[in-house]
Amino acid sequence: MTVDRRWQISLRVLALGYLALLLLVPVALIFYRTFEHGVGAVWDSITTPAAIHAFQLTLEVTAIAVPLNTLFGIVMAVALARGEWRGKGLVNAVIDLPFAISPVVIGLSLILVYGTRGWLGGALADAGVQVIFSVPGIVLATIFVSLPFVVREVTPVLKEVGDEQEQAAATLGAGGWTTFRRITLPSIRWGVAYGVVLSVARCIGEFGAVSVVSGKIAGQTETLTLLVEKRFGNFDLAGAYAASALLALIALATLLAMTAIPGRSPDDLRPSGTVSRRRFATRDVRRSIAAPSHRVRRPASTIRRHTTRAHRETDPPRREEGDT
Amino acid sequence: MSALAVTARSARRSHTGALGLGVATLYLSVIVLLPLSAVLVRSLDGGVGAFWDAVSSRQAVAALRFTLLVSLATAAINVAGGTLIAWVLVRDRFPGKRIVNALIDLPFALPTIVAGLVLLTLYGPRSPFGIDLAYTQSAVLLALLFVTLPFVIRSVQPVLIELDREMEEAALSLGARNATIFRRIVLPNLVPAILSGAALAFARAVGEFGSVVLISGNIPFRTQVGSVYVFKLIESDAPVSAAAVSTVLLLVSLAVLLGIRALGHWGARHDR
Repeated sequence: MTVDRRWQISLRVLALGYLALLLLVPVALIFYRTFEHGVGAVWDSITTPAAIHAFQLTLEVTAIAVPLNTLFGIVMAVALARGEWRGKGLVNAVIDLPFAISPVVIGLSLILVYGTRGWLGGALADAGVQVIFSVPGIVLATIFVSLPFVVREVTPVLKEVGDEQEQAAATLGAGGWTTFRRITLPSIRWGVAYGVVLSVARCIGEFGAVSVVSGKIAGQTETLTLLVEKRFGNFDLAGAYAASALLALIALATLLAMTAIPGRSPDDLRPSGTVSRRRFATRDVRRSIAAPSHRVRRPASTIRRHTTRAHRETDPPRREEGDT
Repeated sequence: MSALAVTARSARRSHTGALGLGVATLYLSVIVLLPLSAVLVRSLDGGVGAFWDAVSSRQAVAALRFTLLVSLATAAINVAGGTLIAWVLVRDRFPGKRIVNALIDLPFALPTIVAGLVLLTLYGPRSPFGIDLAYTQSAVLLALLFVTLPFVIRSVQPVLIELDREMEEAALSLGARNATIFRRIVLPNLVPAILSGAALAFARAVGEFGSVVLISGNIPFRTQVGSVYVFKLIESDAPVSAAAVSTVLLLVSLAVLLGIRALGHWGARHDR
């Protein structure tokens, strides 16, 4: 369908205007407001002891949550993409929950388990461990909200790549670990990277869940986002803007990292191209391991049961759609 | 049968696979399922009567009602705006398109509290445009539109890219006008993607907190949304009432998730 010039321009103006008013102007304005009183003032307000501590705490929490969720994400993605097991549908649904649930409810749920009157709170208090209004609570909340990213990025990649290379490695005598390290991991690396970038952004930016469980003690349990809210509440607008600008810079760096990851760049969104965001893994594998030029995929179950390598090579190439 | 038996021909591999899956499932249960079940169970701590009182109090009903309505409005505007933007990003060519395309994800990357502050700066009391929406229902809608912007765009974009242009050309050669082609050929192909994007946007809007908390002013019966109401209940040390209202929000999220899943099956069926 070819839209005539006049329509094309008006649609473009409408779309870009909407984006400008909603996204671009507000974000540009925050940088303007931040620096309108000079760079020195900004520097002073992001180097106060409370701000430095907030930044450190945010990074520490991220450094705990992201590796754990990455490890979980890879193991779970392999299990979801390659295996058939009882309860798979349920686990699949549960993984999506952190995306669908209000951060406040997530915070509340942690209080109900680990708070003083919570299910485990009493026992933990006796053992001298404080979770709520303390750093462990913030860590738990952050892990909760950023849990799905790596799984959700890696699972479709694994499905797209297929398991032929892994099967080949297995028939050539490679052990499970070798196959994973040499075949599976390289083919999903960009999916993992993308998931990690998204996780980091979410961990640094989480506000709702953390604000419920942190207690907001300056210099102890205050993260960067909580600092923004506190400064705003204390009518320290310049300070709030400075901390926000720092967070906005991190967000922009995230976007940059997202576009830098192969297969995710806007080049793949060319109208003429047929490359979808999920295809990159396939291209990648083709490049690194001399794979056939066509893509053959069939239900995993048939392969698992009775297909041998020799048999499969005589199979006519056939492409299946739909289950990604 | 173990999870990794497909890839593993050796028994050793399938044992490690089963172990990995077991640990991963345990992790998921401790991190996600245990706390969430605490919300469901503890919401009934005071009995069914107390649960009902908590969710049917005038303030709770007003907050939940406003949340659902404003989230529906958000989803509806996203259906139109998101489809339009996806269209322009895929079918139009203009300088700077790559940058615009990358910027679409900004609301996902930007912390929600910063999003709220940003919007309050532009559309608040000190607005350079003189538009002061702070502490109104429109402000809540605006904040929700900001944070849910990418959902419909990112779900429609890949479908639009893969859409076979030949169908449209065939229709054009048969004399169909643009409006007809869009309505009869393009739109039906996009509907599953539009709806699932809208559902995700709706779910996000129902639970949104950070971007709304500053700009809404949290005025009971007017601009108070469900998540902020729950936050107030937690702060006033009423965790059981908070759990009751949270349960309602949880059920809405679950319903949306199931809806998206059903939609996925429906979309896959109609793909062929």
